[in-house]
Amino acid sequence: MITIGQDSKPDDKAKELQNEFFCEALPKEVAPINNKIVQKFYNWAQANSMWVLAFGTGCGAIEMRPLYTARYDISRFGMAPRPTPRQSSLFIISGYASVKTLKRIVRSYEQMQNPKFVMGLGSCTINGGMYFDSYNTINRLDQYLPVDVYVAGCMPRPESLIAGFKKMKEIIKEGRAEGANKYARDFQWYKENQKKVIKDWNMPDYNW
Amino acid sequence: MENFTIQRIIYAILSLLLIFNYGMVLRGLVMKIVARAHGRFGPPVWQPYINLVKVFSMRTAISHGIMFYLGPVFRLVGGVGLYLFIPAVFGSVWLQNFSFSGDLLLVVYFIFFGQLGMALGAAESGHPYSPMGIMRGLAQVTVSEVPFALAIIALAAQYQTLSITEIVAAQQGGFMNWTMITNPVATIAGMLAFLGMMMHSPFDLHIAPQEIPIGPPTEFQSTFLGYMQANRAFFASAKLVLFMNLFFGGATSIPEMVIKTFLLYMTTVLMGVVNPRFTLENSVRYFLKIPTIIGIIAVLMYSF
Repeated sequence: MITIGQDSKPDDKAKELQNEFFCEALPKEVAPINNKIVQKFYNWAQANSMWVLAFGTGCGAIEMRPLYTARYDISRFGMAPRPTPRQSSLFIISGYASVKTLKRIVRSYEQMQNPKFVMGLGSCTINGGMYFDSYNTINRLDQYLPVDVYVAGCMPRPESLIAGFKKMKEIIKEGRAEGANKYARDFQWYKENQKKVIKDWNMPDYNW
Repeated sequence: MENFTIQRIIYAILSLLLIFNYGMVLRGLVMKIVARAHGRFGPPVWQPYINLVKVFSMRTAISHGIMFYLGPVFRLVGGVGLYLFIPAVFGSVWLQNFSFSGDLLLVVYFIFFGQLGMALGAAESGHPYSPMGIMRGLAQVTVSEVPFALAIIALAAQYQTLSITEIVAAQQGGFMNWTMITNPVATIAGMLAFLGMMMHSPFDLHIAPQEIPIGPPTEFQSTFLGYMQANRAFFASAKLVLFMNLFFGGATSIPEMVIKTFLLYMTTVLMGVVNPRFTLENSVRYFLKIPTIIGIIAVLMYSF
């Protein structure tokens, strides 16, 4: 068994073994398809079938639950929760992100497939909100992940979230939601920022 | 001879196109009906098509090895193979498929084939939840096949044949000739097995849609997921057509097939909407008790 963490120092053999499990390759930009009509059709499908990663990262997650109920029902817009990042295309960072959660957010985000979209929910993702001087939360989400849409408020009600989804759809349909490619392009910058706050970095640089 | 082969290929493609679209529309309709039962509006009926385009439009896909590639392919082959050996519409030239080349035993094999291929593919993904889902899925399919196999043995004894076309032919001429009337015990066993096969509550623990991240498809994404979604359309409608042929007199026209299979599907959907989910232990015990006993009675009735 390999134990990697702050307390243990993995020897060379363990590192070798670890490398067998992890892929060291870095993300690459993938340009959208060349044909304009097909590209528009794909964007339309992406916008009308957004699958949300069911990962409540902060207190704002409490506002996401009513969206699936009879009162708000986002399945009307073709949206559905997916339990695994592999199949999701929309990641909602719901509220404050503590450093410990940020590590999981990065891992989950990197496992999602291109094209992928990020939505910041609540003021905490914009400037830290009421946690702006906390020792344990990040202030600006877009220094760690490319964010497409912010929904301001503390807490924003489900109606504001639905307005955010509408905006998100517009952006996708216009072909401006290229967060995944932006992340690949500015990968080093994002990594530096992430490593500045995540002290116990015990995973590969890119989680395939 | 050559013309005949080309004609058969064209017929097979047309037949597959028809059943694929039927399965997709059926899924959309079911999503809508379930939503209405929940008091929601639900997604549009054509949502499965949008989902399919969306997964095929993903720009990247992660593979975990050769079997990971082959898993969804096996699954799709299982669904398409199952459908192609069942006559969808009795007496129709192009919807007769290749039913003369395969019998009931081959069809039963094809029901299991996709599951096994999928199991190999999901196991290679290395995700710990995938083998859990596979274990549950295979256990579920295995136990629901017990009453189904017994019902098939009873049917074979009743009609003295394993050919589905001949079984359908024997049921023609009014609903009094349907297996439902002539052999109600086997029909009950078969329909209880049908509930277990259709992946709706109370027997859908292995896919556990949406709320828990457990199941064989956990690691499958992009195009891989697209193949599996396409297979769900094929597989579900093929099973519906199979049960319609075995127990409800088959169909002599496309509208008749659509009405019968739709009603059949609705029984499982409505059962699913009103029933909570069984745990695996519950469903294994359930299938090995009453449905199996009914199946044994059905077989014994034709043994003496």
